[in-house]
Amino acid sequence: MNSAQIEIQLIASLVAIACAIPGTFLVLRKMAMISDAISHSILPGIVIGFFITQDLNSPLLIVLAAFTGVITVVLVEYIQKTGLVKEDTAIGLVFPALFSIGVILIAKNANDVHLDVDAVLVGELALAPFDRLIISGVDIGPKSLWIIGTILLITITLLIAFFKELKVSTFDKGLAASLGFSPAIIHYGLMTVSSVTTVGAFDAVGAILVVALMIAPAATAYLLTTNLKKMLGLAMFFGVFSAISGYWLAHKLDASIAGSITTMLGLLFLAVYLFAPNKGVIAVMYREKQQRTEVSLLTFLLHLKNHNELEERHVNHLREHINWHKVRAKNVLELAQKNNMIIIDNNIVSLTEKGDAFTSKAIDYIITNEDAQIEDMKDDFFLFRG
Amino acid sequence: MTWEMVMKQKIAVKVDDLTVAYNYKPVLWDIDLEIPEGVLMAIVGPNGAGKSTLIKSILGILKPIAGSVTIYDKPYDKQRKLVAYVPQKGSVDWDFPTTALDVVTMGTYGSLGWIKRPGQKEKKAALEALEKVGMLPFKSRQISQLSGGQQQRIFLARALVQNASIYFMDEPFQGVDATTEIAIINILKELRKAGKTVIVVHHDLQTVPEYFDWVTFLNVKKIATGPVKDIFNDDNLTKTYGINYKVSIQE
Repeated sequence: MNSAQIEIQLIASLVAIACAIPGTFLVLRKMAMISDAISHSILPGIVIGFFITQDLNSPLLIVLAAFTGVITVVLVEYIQKTGLVKEDTAIGLVFPALFSIGVILIAKNANDVHLDVDAVLVGELALAPFDRLIISGVDIGPKSLWIIGTILLITITLLIAFFKELKVSTFDKGLAASLGFSPAIIHYGLMTVSSVTTVGAFDAVGAILVVALMIAPAATAYLLTTNLKKMLGLAMFFGVFSAISGYWLAHKLDASIAGSITTMLGLLFLAVYLFAPNKGVIAVMYREKQQRTEVSLLTFLLHLKNHNELEERHVNHLREHINWHKVRAKNVLELAQKNNMIIIDNNIVSLTEKGDAFTSKAIDYIITNEDAQIEDMKDDFFLFRG
Repeated sequence: MTWEMVMKQKIAVKVDDLTVAYNYKPVLWDIDLEIPEGVLMAIVGPNGAGKSTLIKSILGILKPIAGSVTIYDKPYDKQRKLVAYVPQKGSVDWDFPTTALDVVTMGTYGSLGWIKRPGQKEKKAALEALEKVGMLPFKSRQISQLSGGQQQRIFLARALVQNASIYFMDEPFQGVDATTEIAIINILKELRKAGKTVIVVHHDLQTVPEYFDWVTFLNVKKIATGPVKDIFNDDNLTKTYGINYKVSIQE
C-alpha cells in the first residue's frame, strides 16, 4: 500500500463515520429522504461559495452550502405545512429546483475550472490525495482529510454533549417539549450537522454516495440491535467496513471508488436483511412457521380437552374432524407427543396430565385477554418447539 | 369536599380565555378553567372535542392563538419542574432501540437540564418508579417487546420519576387490560392522597364516578367543571355529547 492509498482509505473511513452519526438519527426520525434532498440542494451553495473564494476547500464554501441545506429543510417544511402537498412531494419539489440552479450556475460560469457535474454526483476520491494542505511550506496531508477530520471532531463533540437531548426528542417530541428541550432547536441542530457533514463529504464522495453513507449503515445497524448506542457504533463500523472493502473492490475491478463503496453498503444491508438473528427475513419466516405450528398444537389440545367421545379422539378420524392437511396433522401430533402432552393408546389420543395443565392455563390466559403471556408460558412447558 | 373547602384551596392550574385554532377552525374556544390543587380530574368529551389539545396547550406543546395558562400563578416555562406529562401511547415509535429502564430514565432529564448526563441517582429513581408500577422484571426489555398495558405502565413510571406536583395524562387507559387499568388507577389515587393534582383525558364515561372526584366537560367550549358528585349528571352529559349521549356510552 502506498501513502496515497492509505490516505484515500482514511478519508473514506472518516467520511463514513461522520455520516453514520447524523444518519442514525435521520433513520430513527424517519427522515432518510431529507438527507437526499440536502445532498443535492447544497450544490448552489457550493457553486456560489466557489465563485467567491475560487477554492473548493474554503470554509466559506462549507458555511454557504450548509446554509442552503438548512434552507432546503425550511422550504420543505413550509410547503408541507400549507397542507396542499405531502412531505415526500414537498421534498421532491424543493431539491431538484435548488440542484438545477447549481447545475446551471456551473454550466454558465465554471466551464474553465475544476468543478463539473460528474464530480458533484460521484465525487473524486481518487484525486483527494493530490490536493495537499501546506502550512508555511510543510505538507501536512490532503486538504479533504483535514476538513472531514474537523467536521467529524465537531460532530462527535456535539453527539456526546447532546446525546440525551437527541435521544429524548427523537423518541418522544412531546415529552422533550414539556421538559424544556425545544424539539425545534434539536431538529435544526441535527439538520445543520447533516448539512455540514454532507458538504464535507461531498468533495470526496459526491452527492449520491453521501446519502448511501448516511442511510445504509444506520438502516443495517437498526436490524441488529435494540440499543441506541450500539446502533451508533454498528453504523460507524458498517460505514468504515464498506469504505475500506469498497476501496479494494474498486482497486480490483479498476472501477469507481464511490460506486464500489455504495455497492458494498448495499450488499452488507442485503446480507443483514436476510440473515439478522431477530429482525431478518429468514428469522421472521422461521418464527412465523414455529408460531403457526404451536397455535395448531394448542387448537388440537383444546379439541382433545373438549371431547370425551372416543370417536372424536380416534387417530384416523382426527384429521377429518379438525380438517387439516395430512402433513400438518402429522407435525402437530408428533410435536404433542415429543412434549409429553398426549398419549396414544389403541389409536385413541388422550391428554396427559401435563397436556391438560398446559391447555387449562392457556385457556385462562385467552379468556382474560392476556394471550401475550402464552409466549412466556411456552418456556415452562415445551421440551421441543414447533 | 365542599365548595367552601375548595374555595380556600390553592389553584394548581389556571387557564384564561384559551383559544386554539387550525386555520379558522377553532379546536378550543375561549376556555376558562381553574383546577384546584389535589384533585383527580377527568376531562371528558366526544371525539374532536379538543381534550388532548387542551393538555398540549397547557404544556406549551401547542401554541394557542389567544389566552394564557398559569401553573400556581406563574407561567408554565417557570414551573416546568412541577409538571409531568404522559402522552398517548400511540404518539411514539415503540420500535425505537431502547429499553424500559431507559425510557423511564428520560423522566429525569428535565431536572438535569441541558448536557448533564443521568447518573446513579437518576438510575435509582427510575428503578424505583419501575418497581412501583410492577415493571421491575422488565427493566431490560426492548420496549417493542412489551404489551400495550406494560407500555402504558412504563409511561406512567416515567411520569412518576419526574416527581412533579401536577400530572397530565392523555388517555392512560386506552388499549390496556383490566389488571393494568386497576393498577394505574390505584397509583393515580395514591398520587392524589399525596397531595398531587392529576388531570386525565378519559374516554369511558361509566368509570368516571368510580375513578375521579373532579370532572371537566369539554366540547370545543367548556361545558362545566367541578366535583363529580355535583355536576356529573344527565344535563351536562347531554350538553357535551348531544341528545344521543347514551348511545355514545354504549359504544
